[in-house]
Amino acid sequence: MSTFLSQQLIDGLAALTLLISFALLAQHRMLSVLHWFAAQGVLLAVTAALVAYSSGEHELYISAIMTFLLKGLLLPWMLWRVIRSLHVHREVEPLMNNGMTMMIAVVVTLFSFHVIQPIAVTSELMTRNSMAIATACVLLSMLMMITRKKAITQVIGFLAVENSLFFAAIGATNGMPLVVEIGIAFDVLVAALIFGLFFFQIRHTFDSMEVDAMNASLIHKDDEE
Amino acid sequence: MNFFIATLLTPLLGGVMLGFIRNPRLAAKLNILTSATTFSFSILLSLQVLGQESLETLDGWFYLDAYNVFLVALTAFVGMTTTIFSKPYMQHELDIGRLNEKRMRLYHSMYQLFQFGMLLGFTTNNIGVLWVSLELATLATVLLVSLYRTPASIAAAWKYFILCGMGIALALFGTILVFFTSFTVLGHGNEALTWSLLYAHAADLDPAVMGIAFCFLMVGYGTKVGLVPMHAWLPDAHGEGPTPVSAVLSGLLLNLALYALVRFKMLVDGSTHSDMAGHIMMGFGMISLLVAAMSLHKQRDIKRMFSFSSIEHMALMTFAFGIGTPLASFAALLHMTVHSLVKSGIFFTVGHAAQVMGTQRMAEIRGLIYHHPGMGWGLLIGTAAIAGFPPFGVFMSEFLLFTATLESYPWLTVPLLLGLLIAMGGLFRFVQPMVYGETASHAKPVHVNMVPVYVHFALALLLGLAIPDLLAHWYHQAAALIAGGGV
Repeated sequence: MSTFLSQQLIDGLAALTLLISFALLAQHRMLSVLHWFAAQGVLLAVTAALVAYSSGEHELYISAIMTFLLKGLLLPWMLWRVIRSLHVHREVEPLMNNGMTMMIAVVVTLFSFHVIQPIAVTSELMTRNSMAIATACVLLSMLMMITRKKAITQVIGFLAVENSLFFAAIGATNGMPLVVEIGIAFDVLVAALIFGLFFFQIRHTFDSMEVDAMNASLIHKDDEE
Repeated sequence: MNFFIATLLTPLLGGVMLGFIRNPRLAAKLNILTSATTFSFSILLSLQVLGQESLETLDGWFYLDAYNVFLVALTAFVGMTTTIFSKPYMQHELDIGRLNEKRMRLYHSMYQLFQFGMLLGFTTNNIGVLWVSLELATLATVLLVSLYRTPASIAAAWKYFILCGMGIALALFGTILVFFTSFTVLGHGNEALTWSLLYAHAADLDPAVMGIAFCFLMVGYGTKVGLVPMHAWLPDAHGEGPTPVSAVLSGLLLNLALYALVRFKMLVDGSTHSDMAGHIMMGFGMISLLVAAMSLHKQRDIKRMFSFSSIEHMALMTFAFGIGTPLASFAALLHMTVHSLVKSGIFFTVGHAAQVMGTQRMAEIRGLIYHHPGMGWGLLIGTAAIAGFPPFGVFMSEFLLFTATLESYPWLTVPLLLGLLIAMGGLFRFVQPMVYGETASHAKPVHVNMVPVYVHFALALLLGLAIPDLLAHWYHQAAALIAGGGV
């Protein structure tokens, strides 16, 4: 494969990743959020494999396999199990003003390109555009966490941030060293396990998965006197 | 014998072992034993490092210099005294049914894993591993904050998890950005994340990238330091978790985050040759100081009140590191030490006081000095020490910081002093009635161990009266190292 072609492919995948970040933001059915999240994981693995092929960094193949297993299969499957057993898989989450959120998302994306502009021109890598796209994905995932009220979709937002960071690492730097990559994957896995534990505790204690219900238990401690 | 490996592995093995021990009394004793062993090794390690300038072990994966080895010793020391305090404290929580044996096991195991994460973070030479270990320490403490499984504690742990997870994700992004510029200089591999190599080549790193990276790192690690406006998790996590956890969060974990931030500041300074990073830190520090000092007045829960005091002190250190002169860095390092000692000592006292009174509400804690003189004096001395009264060490470090500010940014001494005074007023406003107020009738006798508290305060007093030569030499070395960042 020529470098030109692989660059075109990577750029295409970057665009798709950005598109999925928008899709995640716009979904209101729990299950479709999860589907898009899994798709993002698989897409990341493909991107990693492609970058590994075109750059000759063989360590990245291991990252790609790890990503596919962890973010494409394991995490979505765990989350699916959790929402099944909590009986929330059919739930529809009302979104605050979808049109407005999309407008903000567009502005955030433009802003990311603007911020990264000065450093993108200095990069010698062929994938320099991906830094801007990764920044946009990070910020969009954060926007998703802000606009969601349910604990589970917040966590998917959190994991989508991790995905975007991984994309930044492979897209802009051809991947972090393997040791660090493994450490990060381990932390994400442990975090996901703890999140799973928390879901049941939250359901058990608050009888709801709404974050507002949780915050209410802290409000009386807050400084209103 | 390699003291370094011993220091690092003891808490890891201890944590795994404690996961299997069902008897809480035995586990508490082994917990103390593990931490005491870690501390002994860390002292031997410090002496070894002190003999030479810096120490790289295990193929350069770990790097010890004057700056971090004293933090390793401090972490191991506070870690040890906290286990001594936690033995009767947690036993009481178990007796009154707030905890069960299964959760005690979780507590002891996670406590040691937290220690491991802390020590790994301080000693690693790889900025990626630094991130991983800080996340590890965070994950261990998330489970500890929700240990009581009350609605408020679960909500607090969730908030802690989400906010710090977010913050730490931004810090990872900053780390990726650093790698983005460093791998063009040092090659695509672990070398490009190795701090000592980065430091040596700081001038070659792209200043534009490092500038943007620092913004992400500042917000990211700043969340963990508890700087305003990313501080919302801190009072909840400190207020709702078990007291030994509040003590190590305040005394140790916040230090690690600030440590990471300062390490990056040294790199950024070397790359950009400007005061940009320092000014950002000073800004965050000053705002946090003022907001925390004022928020402190509005609290009703004793542990939350003291957690705002922690924000205030972390803000002071951030501000001091931001000024960046050797004097200011010296003050910040001294402040880090005494704050860790005094604040954890205060949390020990507060934990016992809350058990005696059966509540954390300050309005219901009264007359400690009459029914529990040891505790009353402990709280009074601790508050005097943390508020910055002479002759305690906090006075010393705040005085040095004040002098450093006067030298570099004279007009900033006004808000600095204002913040300190407001905070002091808040502390005494609440502590005075708790110590001297009319005796409450509902005080219960509780088995307490005040020895760790007095040891901590005595050390803080010692540091205020005369810093031992050895330690002063250490601080000087570290301050010169930090201030000299690539200039």
